Formats: sequence, C-alpha cells, structure tokens
Amino acid sequence: MDSALFLNQLFNGFSLASLYLLASLGLALSFGIMRVINMAHGEMLMLGGYLAWLTLMVVPGGAGILLALPVAFLGAAAMGGLVQSTVIRRLSSRPLDTLLATWGVSLILQQAARDLFGAIGVEVRAPEWLNSSFELAGVTIPSARLFIIGMAFLVLAGLALVLLKTRIGLLTRAVNQDRMMASATGIDVKRVDFLVFCLGSGIAGLAGVMLALLGPVTPNVGQSYIIPAFLVVVMGGLGSIVGTTAAALILGVFSALAQIYVDVSVAQMLMLVFVILFIQIRPQGVVAVKSRQLDA
Amino acid sequence: MREITLPKPLQRMQPYLPWLLLALGVAAPVFLSAYDLNLLARFMAMGILACGLVLIWGHGGILSLGQGVFFGLGGYAIAMHMKLADLPDGELPDFMLWSGREVLPIWWEPFASVPFTIAAIILVPMLAGAIFAWAVFHRRVGGTYFALITQALALAFATLIISQQDVTGGFNGLTDFTSVFGFGLSSPGTANGLYWVTLAILCIAFLGLRWLLASRFGIMLRATRDGENRVRFLGYATTPFKTVAFAIAALLAGVAGALFTLHAGVISPALIGVVPSIEMVIWVAVGGRYSLAGAIVGALVVNLARDSVSSAIPELWLYLMGAMFILVVTLLPKGLAGLVKERKAGGVA
Repeated sequence: MDSALFLNQLFNGFSLASLYLLASLGLALSFGIMRVINMAHGEMLMLGGYLAWLTLMVVPGGAGILLALPVAFLGAAAMGGLVQSTVIRRLSSRPLDTLLATWGVSLILQQAARDLFGAIGVEVRAPEWLNSSFELAGVTIPSARLFIIGMAFLVLAGLALVLLKTRIGLLTRAVNQDRMMASATGIDVKRVDFLVFCLGSGIAGLAGVMLALLGPVTPNVGQSYIIPAFLVVVMGGLGSIVGTTAAALILGVFSALAQIYVDVSVAQMLMLVFVILFIQIRPQGVVAVKSRQLDA
Repeated sequence: MREITLPKPLQRMQPYLPWLLLALGVAAPVFLSAYDLNLLARFMAMGILACGLVLIWGHGGILSLGQGVFFGLGGYAIAMHMKLADLPDGELPDFMLWSGREVLPIWWEPFASVPFTIAAIILVPMLAGAIFAWAVFHRRVGGTYFALITQALALAFATLIISQQDVTGGFNGLTDFTSVFGFGLSSPGTANGLYWVTLAILCIAFLGLRWLLASRFGIMLRATRDGENRVRFLGYATTPFKTVAFAIAALLAGVAGALFTLHAGVISPALIGVVPSIEMVIWVAVGGRYSLAGAIVGALVVNLARDSVSSAIPELWLYLMGAMFILVVTLLPKGLAGLVKERKAGGVA
C-alpha cells in the first residue's frame, strides 16, 4: 500500500476522531450520571455552528473564530440547560422515553433552524490562517484539521481539570460512582445533573464551531456526526471519559482507514459491524466500570 | 392518570365493536374512493408493523429505532420481484441500464420466482432480525445501547442502498411497477384484492399476537422487561425470549413493507431510514405501546394526520411531530389506549 495515502488517512482519522470525541463527550458525561441519552445532542452541534456563523458576521476574521468559541459554548450550554430542566428531568427514571422525547426536541430545533436560516445552510468564512495547509512527510495537513485536533486536546485537558480539581467535578464523580449514596450524603443530585448537562451541551457547541470550519452549517449538520457519536458512547463504557476517548480514537481511525478500500457508505456499515463485533468481546465497553450493582 | 369511561350506550355495544369494525373494514371498498382506499390500505400495512412494536417495545421493553430496515427488506424483496416480472427475458430493469450495468447481479436472479420472493419477504427480515438481536442481546447489551445500535443500523442500511445505485435504484428507490403475481396493478379489482389481503394479514397479526401475549411466552417477556436479572435468577435464559420477540416484530415489519410497496407503488431509502424508522415508534406511542388495538389506531391516526397536515402546511408537520413525541411520552405514556378504560384489568388487547 501507498504509505503517503496511509499516513494521510491516518491523519484524517485523528481529526475525525477529534470530532467524534467532541460530539460524544457531552453524551458520555450525562449518560454516566443520569443513564440517559439526549437525542437532541446533535442539534447542540448545529446550534454551535450557527452561533459561530453569527459571531463571524459581527466580528470577521481570526478574532471572530476565537470569540465564537465561548459564544457557542455558552449558547449551547443554555439550550442544553433548557432541554434538561423542561424535558429530561421529568423522565429521569425512563431512559427509553427520554430518547423519544429528546428526539422530538431535535425535530423541533431542526425545523426551527430551517425556518430561521434556510434549508441550504450557511457558509462560515474561516480566517486565512485556518484556510491554509502545509506538507509534512508527504502528508498534506490542512490547518483547520490541526486546529480541531488541538481543540479536542484542550477540551479533554480542561474537562480533566474540572473533574479532578474542582468541587463540582468531585460531586460529578461521586454521582457517577453511586447516585443513591451520593444523594444520601446530601449532594444535590439534581443540580449536578443540570450542571453536567450544561457542560456537555457546551462542549457540543464547541464541536459545532469545528464543523463550521469544515463545511456549510445546515439544519441537519448534527445528524451526520451524532450517530457515530452514539456508537462511541456504546463502545466507551458507561460514560467513562477515558473509555469515550479511546472509543472515539478507535472508531475515527477505523473509519478513515476503511475509506482507503471502500467508499464512505460501506465504511459506515463496517463501523457498525465493528462495534457489534467489539461488544461480543467486551460488552462492558473499552473501560469497564467496576461495580457490584447488577442493574447499573 | 384520568381515564375516560365510555358513554353507557357505547359500553353496551363494546362486545360487538370488533365485529362492527371488521364489517366496516371488509366493506370499505364499497364506500371509499379508490384514492382513500389506497391510503387506508397503506396505513393498515403500517398497522401490521405497529403490532410488532407493541410486542417488543410495550411488552418486551426493547426500543427499536431501526424497524425501517426490516420494513425495507420486505419492501425491496417484492419490488425486485415486480421489476423482474415486468421484463422480457434477458433484459435488465430500467435503472440498471441508466447506470450503465450490463448483467443482472447474481442476488437479483432468484427474485424472478414467485415462491422465492414470498419466502424472502417472510424469512429474510425475520432471520436478519434474529441474528442482529441475538448478537447484541446474548452479550447482555440492551436498553439505551440497543436503541442506539438499531438507529445506527437504520442509518447504515439506508446509506448503503443510496450508494449502490446501480443495483438498488439508489435514492429514487424502485418504482414503476405494472403487475404483481400476474395481476395488473392498475385494475380496480387488484386494488380491492390487495386491500382485503392487507386487512386479512392485519387481523391475523392482531389475533396471533394477542394469543402470544396472553401465553406463557408473553408473561416471560413482560417479566424480562420488568426485571431481567430476577428472571435470570429464577433460572430462565432471557436472551431467547427477547430474540424471538424481535424476530417476530422484524417479520411483521417485512410483511408490512411488502404490502406497503404494493399499495404505494414505490420503495425508497426515504421510507426506511433513520427518520421514518423513529416515526414508526411515534405511531405506537400515540396509540398506546401496551395495546395492539391502540397501536393500529395510532398508525392510522398519525399517518392520516401526517397526510392532511403535510399536504396543507409541510413545515408544520415536523413541529407537530416533535411536540407529539414530547407530549405523548411525558404526559401520556400509555397513549390513546390508556385513556379508554380497560374492561378487564391486565387485558392486553
């Protein structure tokens, strides 16, 4: 095999993995403590993308992109908080019903975006330094993709800091380990749910800014990334951050390398087959969370 | 939840209600226009699929967001047969010629035979469902994970069909059929006949599942839904129950897909992908996930509403459907059927 092609796809795999990771971290965080999946998570990506576009309309250029990051984070976090407190909180003990209700939210948000911004989508004009590319060992590296990988590292580091060094992080880990005991020790579990959900949605908003750098922002831009992100969560193992990171890497690189041999659609099918085969060997996910609870 | 008690005269009529409905159903070709009859037949086909969802989702606690895949397997099987049946010997279906294909793919060939096609409509979705469900369930992966995997399946299946345009018809799907099993599709007689066949299969599915849900199998399935580990501790393997239920639901979806394709005259990825698959769940959620009759009513009502709303104001439908998902699930988890007081407690139909 052509080694340049291989290296190229490997690099694409890392950048794809970064997107999967940014899209799935929020899902994994809230799955870890609430055992629910927010089907409208893809629309948080979409929202981030549109917020980036709006920010760049006001402040064009490189400063705009840097400003778009906090705007998208806060906007998506606010939307996530709204969804959590109005819909998800009411369904806390019914995870399958949560899927359906949040799917309803997702439909409404998509249609709202279609009515507000049009069905075709809007194009974000990336600044010059993000539009260039350079060559390294025969691999063409677009700086936008490098920026995305860097962002994934930053978010991971930031998340690790929050979870390991702050009070809310401590509470989150406690609720993740044992929700009932955490509640019994006086932790306001509902508040932790809410804050973690906002944080996760905010991260999805950042992912949306990254998507906006790669292509047009459309009402269903989130849909194309969210289903791989679901598979990442399934493979990662009960909302573990390390597991999610590993699963995102495995699936991103797998998908990019598969595309050397087959087209995108077949690669997608192979990815699903891969996940099903993977759970034959490790049904508990990449990282198994040790627990004596049976119905975890 | 508040339950509505039927008005007195209706209550007295309740034992006769099923027969009345059946008589109305059988006589529908007399008083409905050809267009309305076709719509009704389509929605009834969807009702067959909805019954399968009651089995797995309502009574098995298995949420499938990928029923469109099995619906599609049945639909494409009959569509491939009709494409081949219309052709003179040695020629290729029109869309294959357009994409420059010169030989018929080998897996198309057996679909020229009627018995093979009928067997494929029944067996392919059932076996695919059984293998898929077993692969996931036997490793004790279920609940939310299972739902997410089925959604990925729906996406992968639809994308695969779109990308293999030269052998599947791609995005446009398969259409332009003239006859089925020797009957011309344009004749009113065939339309009525197909309608009655659909009605008969719907009745069989309803009665068969009613029996199944009342049997020991149904009890075990509900027990597995409510406490899978407890059932295991009692010494039962739960995977076979869930796998069989899923296979039956897949079979019903496949038959529904074949009938739908006959009535609609088309099967395409737009009818079987992620969004249509999850729409199938809302029919059952609205009608009532625990009730077979409710699910059939839900399939009819939601599709009728969809048909009238989306032809008048297309943008409105998605808002409505989104709101329906949120409201039904949060406020009315038993659906419309939950509003009608059950005659006997614990009744399943």
